[in-house]
Amino acid sequence: MLPLISQLPLADWINEFVDWLTQFTGFFNGITTGIGAVVDLFQWFFDLLPQWLFILIILGLTYWATRPARKWTLLGFELLGLLLIWNLGFWRDMTQTLTLVLTSSLIALIIGIPLGILMAKSKTFEAIMKPILDLMQTMPAFVYLIPAVAFFGIGMVPGVIASVIFAMPPTVRMTNLGIRQVPADLIEAADSYGSTGWQKLIKVQLPLAKSTLMAGVNQSMMLALSMVVIASMIGAMGLGTQVYFAVGRNDAGSGFTSGLAIVILAIILDRMTQAFNKKKN
Amino acid sequence: MTTKVEVKQLTKIFGKRIPKAKELLKEHKSKAEILEATGATVGVDQANFKVNAGEIFVIMGLSGSGKSTLIRMINRLIEPTDGQILIDDQDLMTLDKKALLEVRRKKMSMVFQNFALFPNRTILENTGYGLEVQGVEKTVRDKKSHDALELVGLHGYDNEYPQQLSGGMQQRVGLARALANDAEILLMDEAFSALDPLNRKDMQDELLDLQETMHKTIIFISHDLNEALRIGDRIMIMRDGEVVQTGTPEEILTHPANHYVERFIEDVDRTKLLTAANVMIRPNTVNIDKDGPRIAIRRMRDNDISSIYVIDSNRKFVGFADADDVIKLIQDNNPDLRSVVQTNVPETTADTPVRDLIEKISTTPIPFAVLDDQHRLVGIIVRGAVLGAIAGNEVNA
Ligand SMILES: Nc1ncnc2c1ncn2[C@@H]1O[C@H](COP(=O)(O)OP(=O)(O)OP(=O)(O)O)[C@@H](O)[C@H]1O
Ligand SMILES: [Mg+2]
Repeated sequence: MLPLISQLPLADWINEFVDWLTQFTGFFNGITTGIGAVVDLFQWFFDLLPQWLFILIILGLTYWATRPARKWTLLGFELLGLLLIWNLGFWRDMTQTLTLVLTSSLIALIIGIPLGILMAKSKTFEAIMKPILDLMQTMPAFVYLIPAVAFFGIGMVPGVIASVIFAMPPTVRMTNLGIRQVPADLIEAADSYGSTGWQKLIKVQLPLAKSTLMAGVNQSMMLALSMVVIASMIGAMGLGTQVYFAVGRNDAGSGFTSGLAIVILAIILDRMTQAFNKKKN
Repeated sequence: MTTKVEVKQLTKIFGKRIPKAKELLKEHKSKAEILEATGATVGVDQANFKVNAGEIFVIMGLSGSGKSTLIRMINRLIEPTDGQILIDDQDLMTLDKKALLEVRRKKMSMVFQNFALFPNRTILENTGYGLEVQGVEKTVRDKKSHDALELVGLHGYDNEYPQQLSGGMQQRVGLARALANDAEILLMDEAFSALDPLNRKDMQDELLDLQETMHKTIIFISHDLNEALRIGDRIMIMRDGEVVQTGTPEEILTHPANHYVERFIEDVDRTKLLTAANVMIRPNTVNIDKDGPRIAIRRMRDNDISSIYVIDSNRKFVGFADADDVIKLIQDNNPDLRSVVQTNVPETTADTPVRDLIEKISTTPIPFAVLDDQHRLVGIIVRGAVLGAIAGNEVNA
């Protein structure tokens, strides 16, 4: 049965589509410049900070975010972890990775939250978005590298783009979920007092969706971090590059140490975003 | 009496195949038949009623009879399938989005069964929500909200959060939120149902007290007959989306429209156990043998009443005098109180069952005089006391 139907030229169509898109170079260059500027800004800031000050800021933020409970274990872990990264000579790689993660999370947030809001407001839009989000998350992340390179070349920016695509779905989903979870009688209350849709969103829905939404942001951040090794293959510098090189050189030792540095960064980012999320409630 | 809210042929059908369901409704098919035939649920079936300005209009009915749907159509939280809603003779159905917002902001406020307070806002911010969406400046808003909270008896909780308050207090906030933006109409969907009995009674008293000075038009949903009798000026009973009967509490009690209503008022059978003695209150009196018009008017003024009972030195009942007549006497410089005493007062004895009084009491504006066997005045029975007693609140003054 199957051989009777000739193979669908799906791959060709996608290639053609991608080729067709490349004619909008001006547009993609604009995006590259924009994202590049954000990346440079973060990197400039991290390069400016001496290591000890960076560590102090992280500790200070954590201390403030976890008040009044004093999480000495977490603070101790952060201190030792960051000192270890410094000691192993991964400091700049770590800040590059942090730049990549922060930039992609920021973009995921800026695009993802409005998409989540639209999903919550419209059933049709939700029905359209759901399969797209599933696709974005289940498609092997390597695949994103190809169009990313085609449109944005090599370097940090295509790395950010690929990470954004892979990392954004949780933010969108959780924004949608958070808004839909707001109790119906609170929505009725907001409506019955004559709120406009916008007022309802700002004054009731988003504040009440906040902790769910933030959990989504946290997940996005972790996913972005999980992309760093893959992103390093298209020239996004950082800890991922170290892992990638180590694999290439078959060097288990430095592969493990740079991997460990990623884990340390992941734990710090995770605990800090969680602490901030709890704090606001 | 001016009509504040008028509802004409108001209908809500949930689900699909609505045109077909509407047709069947016109053919007077029942809710169950329509569900069977089309799969559509009739929420409210061609309801017609008027609510007067300044009255408490209670809507009753079993679960699923369409009360919540009906009240939510009045501010169009639920979009009606058909029919009209007139507020101050303005048809709500013809309003565009913006005008509807304006009506919701200025004309009516809603109080919810489970309070529906915003957990992320302080009590003061919750109370000021309606004003906030209207764009009222913060200082003005806070002052009005604070005043509204004082009005419902909540002092010193302005900066707390709803979770920190008990249910009764939370519903006071719900009421304050409704009062803060000065709307003329309050929509209250089982507003006191989530409260324990004591808190509930407190809130009913609170509402009646407030109503005495504010004269809001209140549409109040309840599934509790006692509550309805206590606070309702008129009661409307619904069944399966239809309006079954509308009337004063007395009318509903004495002339139930059908079995459904009868079943509703069955637990009112307590009335036969209660006697006049249980529900009478102490009257304010003047002694015709020694007191003149000036004393009479003074006493009325002190007690905030518009008529007074007249007895003689042996406490024998003589009649009663109306404030207007007494004032006239004073103006005419006529000291003879006897000339304005009315004697056509309904009388009863202390051991008369309350049940026998209900019918008569609904037809006379003058309270009953309760007399002993020597024709001495021992108490009076006001309309509210009978209904209050039926609702389970003994009166002892
Ligand atoms: N959104 C909806 N979709 C479908 N059917 C609904 C919807 N809302 C209400 N109904 C139906 O409409 C009818 C009236 O419901 P409504 O909630 O108005 O009753 P109610 O008198 O307020 O009951 P309760 O005392 O339980 O609050 C019920 O049969 C209910 O199932
Ligand atoms: Mg209801």
